[in-house]
Amino acid sequence: MLSRTADHLFWIARYMERAETAARLLDVGARISLLPSAGAGFRSEWDSILQASGTAEGFARKYDDPVQRNIESYLFFDRDNPSSIASCITAARENGRIVRTALTSQVWDALNTAFQELRGLERLPRSQLEMSRLTDWTMRHTAMVRGAIDATQLRNDGYDFLNLGYLLERADSTARLMDVKYYVLLPQVDYVGTGLDTYQWSTLLRAMSAHRAFHWAYGGELTAAKIVHFLVLNRQCPRALLTAIAGVSDHLERLAVFYGSANATQTRAQAMVDELQALSIDAVFDEGLHNFLTRFIADVADLGGLIHECYLSGDVR
Amino acid sequence: MFHADQVRPPYARLADWTQQMPDELRCLKQAEAEAFFRRIGITFAVYGEGGDPDRLIPFDMFPRVFTQAEWRKLERGVKQRARALNAFLVDIYGRGEIVRAGKIPAALVYRNAAYEKAAAGIVPPRGVYSHIVGIDIVRTGPDTFYVLEDNCRTPSGVSYMLENREIMMRLFPGLFRENRIEPIDSYSTLLRRTLASVAPEKCTSSDPVVVLLTPGHFNSAYYEHSFLADLMGIELVEGADLFVEGPFVWMRTTEGPKKVDVIYRRLDDAFIDPLCFRPDSMLGVPGLMDVYRSGGVAIASAPGAGVADDKAVYTYVPDMIRFYLGEEPVLQNVPTWQCAKSDDLRYVLDNLAELVVKEVHGSGGYGMLVGPKASRDQLASFAERLRADPGKYIAQPTLALSTTPTFVDQGIAPRHVDLRPFCLVGERIELVPGGLTRVALTEGSLVVNSSQGGGVKDTWVLAE
Amino acid sequence: MILTVNHITHYRYDQPVRGVVQSHRLYPSCFDGQRVIVWDVTLSDGIAGGGFRDAAGDWIQGYSVQGPVDALSVTVTGQVETRDLAGVLSGHRESIPPEAYLVETPATRADRTLIELGRAAKGSTPDLLEQAHRLSGAISDAIVYRPGVTAAHTTAAEALALGEGVCQDHAHALIASARSADIPARYVSGYLLVGQDRGEAAHAWAELWVAGLGWVGFDPANRCCPDARYIRLGSGMDARDAAPIRGIARGMGAETMDVSVAIQSVQQ
Repeated sequence: MLSRTADHLFWIARYMERAETAARLLDVGARISLLPSAGAGFRSEWDSILQASGTAEGFARKYDDPVQRNIESYLFFDRDNPSSIASCITAARENGRIVRTALTSQVWDALNTAFQELRGLERLPRSQLEMSRLTDWTMRHTAMVRGAIDATQLRNDGYDFLNLGYLLERADSTARLMDVKYYVLLPQVDYVGTGLDTYQWSTLLRAMSAHRAFHWAYGGELTAAKIVHFLVLNRQCPRALLTAIAGVSDHLERLAVFYGSANATQTRAQAMVDELQALSIDAVFDEGLHNFLTRFIADVADLGGLIHECYLSGDVR
Repeated sequence: MFHADQVRPPYARLADWTQQMPDELRCLKQAEAEAFFRRIGITFAVYGEGGDPDRLIPFDMFPRVFTQAEWRKLERGVKQRARALNAFLVDIYGRGEIVRAGKIPAALVYRNAAYEKAAAGIVPPRGVYSHIVGIDIVRTGPDTFYVLEDNCRTPSGVSYMLENREIMMRLFPGLFRENRIEPIDSYSTLLRRTLASVAPEKCTSSDPVVVLLTPGHFNSAYYEHSFLADLMGIELVEGADLFVEGPFVWMRTTEGPKKVDVIYRRLDDAFIDPLCFRPDSMLGVPGLMDVYRSGGVAIASAPGAGVADDKAVYTYVPDMIRFYLGEEPVLQNVPTWQCAKSDDLRYVLDNLAELVVKEVHGSGGYGMLVGPKASRDQLASFAERLRADPGKYIAQPTLALSTTPTFVDQGIAPRHVDLRPFCLVGERIELVPGGLTRVALTEGSLVVNSSQGGGVKDTWVLAE
Repeated sequence: MILTVNHITHYRYDQPVRGVVQSHRLYPSCFDGQRVIVWDVTLSDGIAGGGFRDAAGDWIQGYSVQGPVDALSVTVTGQVETRDLAGVLSGHRESIPPEAYLVETPATRADRTLIELGRAAKGSTPDLLEQAHRLSGAISDAIVYRPGVTAAHTTAAEALALGEGVCQDHAHALIASARSADIPARYVSGYLLVGQDRGEAAHAWAELWVAGLGWVGFDPANRCCPDARYIRLGSGMDARDAAPIRGIARGMGAETMDVSVAIQSVQQ
């Protein structure tokens, strides 16, 4: 397959997953901000959303206050924000248009419909648009694209590049969503274990559509240790870091078989899987959750760079 | 209005169909067609006009119909022309016999902007320069067809021919049961076979690697590029996906370089190789011409093919047919005045109000004057332009173009049409029974260009 | 005369580029005025493409270099036996009709002065060869040889207006005015055995079509026709089209180039 085609497929998936993450972040923010009063000394809950999504700087350049309305505009509609839902869906659809021939008509339909509806939403007055409607809308469409891919795409190398995009982005986004906790709680460690703390963790689970799954898997009370275990190491959880990285590794292995040759990407991905599997939750907390996540996010970026170099750049020999 | 007794026989059988279709149903079908086109993403961006990049070309559901006998004549004429045009190209890049014989002025060939010195001396595989010849034809009477122009480079519009048929079969399956209509869906297979048949000698594989080279996804015809690549099952590449190494051209794949044998390019000569042509072109492949000229890759259409579809060279196509094939032309040329000739220029200036004047190198209906439709001021200012640079223009009489029934707001009305069949030239010469019918949707208008408010129709050839 | 050639072009990139493609017109033309004794062209780490003789009679050789590339050099060495044919390109096989060399290019667009020079030469005598000589002389008079005042992109009209320039400018001006007078003309690149004091060893001149005689070379920079001191490499519509080396690098690195040319005559 053309390297450029593979690259476009990879980015369709990354952008769709990124749009979904933005929607989930908006949900987290909205729920956290429903708390009665966060009290003085807290950072704004919304600010934490911007920090976690890596868009704080861009936002600050454009707006003064991280108030809900501005953040919603910035994370959903703003074309100046390359990670906004509108930007991501547009970019995913444009990548899709370029490689139309590598997509089934169902996948193209799902992408194109999302884009056309987005243009409809953009024409509506903002006052008519509830945030929950926008985040639901986003998750519905990202699920439709994902479903069309799973149901109809040929299981060839293109399918692997789509999945690599999804899984790398997902690994990155789960780590970032968890990191929101760090930003929210950083100033006052004594909140740990309080009702507020639990409420925030629970919100995080909800945002990952994993609230019920967690209870089925763990039962009982919410504790930080259980939740981190669930989101980092539990392969039953579809958004867990280990699940995502193991998926990346599987698809890279499939490529190695398909092409009849392996390269540095397989080794690197396997090393990441091994490291996660050997990890205990105590070790994560010993290192510090934030430090662990920061390191993990950097590792994922490196792996992405390696995949680019070995498959997508076009300089493969 | 539409009366069965005013139309040619093949249309009579469609009378029932239209009578049984109430307005509401027609609107419904029209909306369905538009939804289909929008969904598949077949759109047309007009150069320089801005506006909605996703604009659809209007689709008229009333098909254009040819009888088998009519088509046989057209087919003969189109294939004859395609053969002569290719013979001309091989000749002028070779010994130039037709120039030596005094049948066509040397200046018109060798000083032509489309003459490519870099192509001189090259006989492409199978002696084919123009592999896809699109010939624009109008009809003026029951048995009279005129060729308006030839397109030897990269004629576009074939995706509309195929998609128009697709949508008609979806919307009106009954029509296809009642009428025996020649299928056209072999086009993509024939196109791929044609392209594979012109692989260079250095290609030893029995299954040459063919790619379609597009200027990119911002190009207005990108849909067509991607559609054709998909139908043929070949890669759709941009310039940056290809590179030259050693005596060959390669494409960048996830598994490393893969050799390319035939490039179906939808990119003008000037842009295909910055090393040879425009150095500022980012769209092409550096070194491509060296590989082509040393026989490492085939390019369709071959660089330099544009000389044959120049509007001034057009005048000489009947002479080419006689010179190379020893045959009389089946299809006539529209009488054409070359404004470069002083006698012709005088005639054109004296009769401007009766004539259509076109730019020799223009396309898409731009820079064109339709005398009978022009105001006094427009005529005067165009006459100025003509005097200033006569060599840039040719003039033709306004033909009494035939019309076909077309759906309009008021019901059905006659509208002017033209036809572009797509002739494939490789190991064999192939023509699928059909083409792109363009229709001037404005009443009385003769301009069918999609960039100027024209629409498209399905084109039927009835089986015996 | 036997001439030896040592021509080295070094390219350097301030950051490595991903690949380089070049097209060479670096092989002496085959005609009665010169015979190759030995000739060798190498491109460091270059992979040779398919070479071919084009319809203008030039040998064209493509090369590519795999990245990353931070430096490369093209080395031309050889020995050629030359003969003075008073500029006439006899025995040269080519098939492009002279009419094709009447087309203007951006570098050879004739302005009013160039057209006037062409018209004056054309009107001065019915003898076609004499016309060409007079035109070449007029260009020599109009442009004084002076290096460093013009650049690669200077057009014929600009050089003429300036009244100064190098061989490329002389050739462009001669070509532009010849074409404006309906005399087919082309740009020739090659080498010249120069004295100690002046002149360019990597040289360029023009050829004009003289019916009955064929292509005849004129070197307005040196007020002469090419003789045994000249080695002809190839021709084109203008300097860009006839360039001995054309290349493109893929990547962000800025290129610097360093050329050395030495032409010597072998003592016999």
